[in-house]
Amino acid sequence: MNEQLRFTKEHEWVLVKGNIIRVGISDYAQNELGDIVFVDLPSIGDIVEEGEGIAVLESVKAVSDVYAPVSGEIVAINEALEESPELVNESPFEAGWIVEIEVAGVAQTGDLMNQQEYEAFLKGV
Amino acid sequence: MKQTPLTAKHKALGARMVEYAGFEMPVQYSGVLEEHLTVRSKVGIFDLTHMGEFELRGPGALVTVNHLITNDAARLKEGEILYSPLTSEDGGIIDDILVYRRAESFLLVVNAANAAKDLAWIQSHLLPDTEFLDRSDELTLIAVQGPQSEPLMEEVLGLSLHDLKSYHFVEPSYQGEVLLLSRTGYTGEDGFELYLPNFLAETLWDEFLAKGEKYGVKPIGLGARDSLRLEARMPLYGNDIDEYTSPLEAGLQRFVKLDKDFFIGIDALRRLKQEGFPRKLVAFTMVDKGIPRHGYSILNLQGKEIGAVTSGTHSPTLDHPIGMGYVDVAYAKADTEIQIEIRKRLAKARVIKGRFLS
Repeated sequence: MNEQLRFTKEHEWVLVKGNIIRVGISDYAQNELGDIVFVDLPSIGDIVEEGEGIAVLESVKAVSDVYAPVSGEIVAINEALEESPELVNESPFEAGWIVEIEVAGVAQTGDLMNQQEYEAFLKGV
Repeated sequence: MKQTPLTAKHKALGARMVEYAGFEMPVQYSGVLEEHLTVRSKVGIFDLTHMGEFELRGPGALVTVNHLITNDAARLKEGEILYSPLTSEDGGIIDDILVYRRAESFLLVVNAANAAKDLAWIQSHLLPDTEFLDRSDELTLIAVQGPQSEPLMEEVLGLSLHDLKSYHFVEPSYQGEVLLLSRTGYTGEDGFELYLPNFLAETLWDEFLAKGEKYGVKPIGLGARDSLRLEARMPLYGNDIDEYTSPLEAGLQRFVKLDKDFFIGIDALRRLKQEGFPRKLVAFTMVDKGIPRHGYSILNLQGKEIGAVTSGTHSPTLDHPIGMGYVDVAYAKADTEIQIEIRKRLAKARVIKGRFLS
């Protein structure tokens, strides 16, 4: 796993590359959701607020929102998920990324958890 | 939360357990998609012990059963089974059940979530000379479903099942105990449901897994049970049918015998049939992207609301989203285009005739 990943309490991960934030869901989250069969992605250019739903992951049985960990503009979506939603299960940290958000200024992710903190958080779930 | 005699087995198999109808039940083992496709192509085993089983015996049993159900139990011969709605005075569906005619009794198999309600309803409508027994706590129910279910069941029970027809049952013995084995199921595949005394549950479960290995058997959870029944276009009580829907609207006419002398709800259903009903349960496949879900609105192409989705999923067999829902009868014909409101977007769908699977 990438040491630079940061995690939210909603089980998203973020990877900061300058002012671009890549977002996906954690291995724990994909396992909890089960087989993902449909990903509803936002449009490039959408302006999103922190905490707002930006994508929807659907398993056979359930519908789950992915929330924006930061405010900004959607600048990339993982179009491969439209044909292959199972990538979220198979490769949650790599091929299964979901969107990239461009933030104004420097990305503030200091209040997110690093890997060790997230693993400790999961033990309390 | 109640457990079944197989709860420990499910946990040992790594199942994810959930509460369903007051029972701790497996929702999935290896994953819903894989389990679903295993039942379609090979064979799967299900713990359905949460279902309720009531036995009615005595000289009044037939008349009592026939007062309760819309189908006609008088047509049943020993060893035969029928499916029937159970309706209230106003024709609403209290439950949908299976009725088994045994030599000396009728066995009614009811939905787990309705078992307590059904028990009270049936007990308050017993006619004279009818004895009621709740056998739910003493019986384990294991379903074996899929194209390889016949050879697997034959091997485990050591009998030939080639001549056992759909909706028929036999009472084979196993280790000196009499079991009840029916050719029934809730998946749209060939398959069996086996009722056994609790103390044999673990032995038989392990037998199905061991002898089924060469057939590719897998344990199947409630998640795949739901997607399998939906692909087979079978209604789920609480989703597609309930006390506010009648069996006529739900497309269950062939299980409603309005020429019977009497059953509870017959007057209301005769009137409904004569006057016509405004909505109908239809099945549809999505034309646009998106998965329909219970409660989503159904609109016509002009954007007017005409109904609501009652069940929907991504069909694992078709790899395509499908659903069922009630619509105004004007939109119930095959090939009618409708729209489903999915997260404030409108997605086109098409009403189908018959089953989802060819």
